[in-house]
Amino acid sequence: MDAAVVLALRNVTKAFSGLKVVTDVSFDVREGQRTALIGPNGAGKTTVFNLISGAYSADRGAILLQGTDIAAKRPGERTVMGLARSFQNIRLMPHLSVVENVMVGQHARTRGMMDLLTPLWLKRNRAWRDEAESQLRAFGLGTYPNEVTANLPYGIRKKIEVVRALMSHPKVLLLDEPAAGLNTRETGDLKDFLMGVAEHGVTLLIVEHDMSLVRSLCEHTIVLNFGLKIYDGPTASVQEDPAVLEAYLGPRHNAA
Amino acid sequence: MSGYLDGMAVILALNVILAYAVFLPVATGQLNLGGAAFQAVGAYAAAYISTQYGAPLPVILAVSASVSGLIAFVLALSILRTKGVYLVLATFAFAQFVSGVIINVDALGGALGMTVPEHVGGGPIIVIAGVVLVGVMLLMQTRFGLAMRATHDDDTVAELMGIGVRRTRVAAFTLGGVLAGIAGGLYAFYFNFVEVQTFDSLSSIYLLLFVLLGGTQTVWGPLIGAAFFTIVPELFRYVVANMGGASAGQLDTSWRFIILGIITVVMMVARPEGVVTRTGLGRLLGNRRAAPREA
Repeated sequence: MDAAVVLALRNVTKAFSGLKVVTDVSFDVREGQRTALIGPNGAGKTTVFNLISGAYSADRGAILLQGTDIAAKRPGERTVMGLARSFQNIRLMPHLSVVENVMVGQHARTRGMMDLLTPLWLKRNRAWRDEAESQLRAFGLGTYPNEVTANLPYGIRKKIEVVRALMSHPKVLLLDEPAAGLNTRETGDLKDFLMGVAEHGVTLLIVEHDMSLVRSLCEHTIVLNFGLKIYDGPTASVQEDPAVLEAYLGPRHNAA
Repeated sequence: MSGYLDGMAVILALNVILAYAVFLPVATGQLNLGGAAFQAVGAYAAAYISTQYGAPLPVILAVSASVSGLIAFVLALSILRTKGVYLVLATFAFAQFVSGVIINVDALGGALGMTVPEHVGGGPIIVIAGVVLVGVMLLMQTRFGLAMRATHDDDTVAELMGIGVRRTRVAAFTLGGVLAGIAGGLYAFYFNFVEVQTFDSLSSIYLLLFVLLGGTQTVWGPLIGAAFFTIVPELFRYVVANMGGASAGQLDTSWRFIILGIITVVMMVARPEGVVTRTGLGRLLGNRRAAPREA
């Protein structure tokens, strides 16, 4: 029943000026699964994301992407190897149009100088733009290809960022609080959208505070507290776990 | 009068080449306040080679561009680690260094300057400016151009997307050095005389202004900026002189710089992203109006 492990952390530790933010964290993310990474504020969730994507380098431990340790690789190399991410605060290029932003996501798949130095409207390069536009259409964003992203509504920009991340053809997609700043209707919309992404065969690892989204989207949940992993199992039983309850609600609740 | 117009056209052409020389690094987010210094390197290289060795003009021009490009490459490798205002200061310091070297090296004529035996007419210069314009336009439509703009907007994310941010910046800076070197060589051949004062920091400031006020988002900005700052002061020279003649006859033509200064400030307030912006251009061309927006 278990699918292959596509991303694995092994005893990953990270400290900032002596303060341990992530301590000996190990977990597996299985192919095709939708996994949530949750925990109270300051639990180290975003730090774990930054360690996986390469924004920070781990002090100790291994990060295995399809069996290869990527802990020493630069962020761009990790993207080429099959990792992609979105950001908690949307990081689209503000002066680029929607389709250009999505085409930046294709960069990891370019090969050689001809791809870089020939005009994009040449016949040999037409496929890039066609692919970007058809992906946007496939995710219901076809209306906006030439609009500068800075002018678009928040929820739309969030989705564009995910489409951009998909353009590198990732094995694993990391999403940092995709529902933050969205209302209930937009969150429901996003859930359908991410289900669609997962159906394309992309493994999802999601940091999220919105438990309703986690419950409806993710079958597997990992809980961090003070940089330690305290739960790793099905989402369905996370709220019955004593350690998780204690982390979120304090020891008194657990005793009661 | 025709000589005057010819001269204006050549200065405009040189300014267009220089504007694109500064635009390329700026398009990757690197402000260059040493544009005139790279022009000086190209001009003096051309002057030195043509007096000392002599060679066909295109060869001299190619060597001048290469020398300037090579210096830009070496400089970029070391100073592109700095960012923002520190990079501006580093390019400025480089410009001072170039002036200092030229003044103190006797082989380059020191403060007296150098005469240049070879001459090139206005026609070829205007053609080369056109080639540079088209070349930069094509470059910006490649994936490398897209990578440059992505680097400008968010270098962290660009790096994450697999763009070699440092390589992109060094390449853009080097290419800018090559263009400035070409402009320098052409300057030397057209005016047959180079002196270090021509390539002072005020010139560098003007070059950066061409780009920043014209707009860095599209390839049209530098062209508009260079044209504006080349033509408008000359128009004012004419207008102000006539105004002075009509009234007291006292009005000096240097008043035009005050008017130009005021216009510059107004432009910066009214259009902080430059005269030509992507949204502005889209609206002007009327194609693909802003998509319907949600609340």
